[in-house]
Amino acid sequence: MKWIIKDLSQQNHFRQKIEALSQENLSLCYQCGECSAGCPIISFMDVSPNQIIRMIQLGREEEVLTARTPWLCASCITCTTRCPKEVDLAKVMDAVRQYAAIKKIAVPERETTLLQKLFMKNIKSFGRQFELLLIGKFNLLSGHFFKDVLLGPVMLRKGKLKLLPTFTDNLKQLKQIFARAEAEEKIEETTGKQ
Amino acid sequence: MRFAYYPGCSLHSTAVEFDISTRAVAPLLGIELVEIPNWVCCGASPTHQRDSILSYALAVANFNKAELVNEQIGVQCASCYNNLRRALFELHHSDEIKKKVEKVAGLDFGNNVQVFHLLDVFRNQIGLEAIKEKVTHPLKGLNVAAYYGCLLTRPPEAVAFDDPEWPTSMDDILQTCGATMVDWPYKTECCGASLALSRTDVVQKLSHDILKMAKIHGADCIAVACPLCHSNLDLRQKSIEKKFAENLELPIFYYTQLMGLAFGLSGKELGLDKLIVNPWKLLEEKGIGSKKS
Repeated sequence: MKWIIKDLSQQNHFRQKIEALSQENLSLCYQCGECSAGCPIISFMDVSPNQIIRMIQLGREEEVLTARTPWLCASCITCTTRCPKEVDLAKVMDAVRQYAAIKKIAVPERETTLLQKLFMKNIKSFGRQFELLLIGKFNLLSGHFFKDVLLGPVMLRKGKLKLLPTFTDNLKQLKQIFARAEAEEKIEETTGKQ
Repeated sequence: MRFAYYPGCSLHSTAVEFDISTRAVAPLLGIELVEIPNWVCCGASPTHQRDSILSYALAVANFNKAELVNEQIGVQCASCYNNLRRALFELHHSDEIKKKVEKVAGLDFGNNVQVFHLLDVFRNQIGLEAIKEKVTHPLKGLNVAAYYGCLLTRPPEAVAFDDPEWPTSMDDILQTCGATMVDWPYKTECCGASLALSRTDVVQKLSHDILKMAKIHGADCIAVACPLCHSNLDLRQKSIEKKFAENLELPIFYYTQLMGLAFGLSGKELGLDKLIVNPWKLLEEKGIGSKKS
């Protein structure tokens, strides 16, 4: 693939943002491909993990954010463990996801981001995960109404799904933590823009 | 030995048998587990994928609660363990991150907190000798593949108490319990955990490969130390068999359930009735346990 670097300032902005979010230095990567060789999900990806790093190095924001790869990464940390240059690629993938979320950019693999939203909302509401609601809402909102529908009764019979959520007694504190995290993100986003 | 016990969400729901068997086995080895009152979810993968600072702040909220019980925290869920240990690592290594996290958490981070996976505690603090003394019903003739998954040993600088590519602690413990450990190459392969709901097709493929590899290498069953690995291999095994038109029939145990069987505990005390793939046929065949006892 031939890439022409047109806009150096834009290139720097995207790369700098990803490096700031991940706290990783992407110049260290010399494209050996070890990350891709060990990635268990690579056969499902459209762009290989080492290519994602190269794209970020070159500031190819659009290509990175339209690739499925960052949202298919299962955070198994194999790449991070094996990188000879100690680049934490799992963290870089997190940073790409975080970048897209902060900028509210629509991404491929929407189900992954839908699940993420529902998952975090449950923590905020109850303090702990409430699987029945998570799965129910996910099926409803993703349109896969009958997904895993046969597993539900099995799990209920085995007592492996709670029928009601457990509320922790510090929900106020938890809501404040979520609110402060959101506020901090906004401050960083506005001060980060030149 | 006393630990502030952090079960995590899964051990209160989908992995209730991991909790049951842990609480049954730990006291036999002189470990007192005191559950942290009002612990909150560690945030798991979805949270750190969205906001790392928030993920670390949830850890600090839990550390603060744990300190009221004990500064040594014991965890069984590999995902919780990974999240809490990585938060500790970041807080110890970057003042900038620590400041941000404390601000978001609205709490101070106490430097003395330590987080242990109980597998590490059993293997390295209690030790094989003490475990051996408790074995009354050796798991003779049971061929077990120890499956560690991703999060127990990676990234090594933050979480590992064992080799990141070739861990042996679970093998050591179960061998001491009399089992025959299978030599197989997929000990630390990924089951796709965090994609279980959103991309079930990916998880089915990865979990199929793990099950198949264990079977090829002569395993009768698999032992795990992670609730996500467990539900992918156990709960989804039937659909995997159907999808790949294969008969796998591999019971998936939590390693504490196998320890408990070797210590002479009953299936009920270890929550064996909660497993989806029926373990009794195998256990009865090997003369290790009977559903009736």
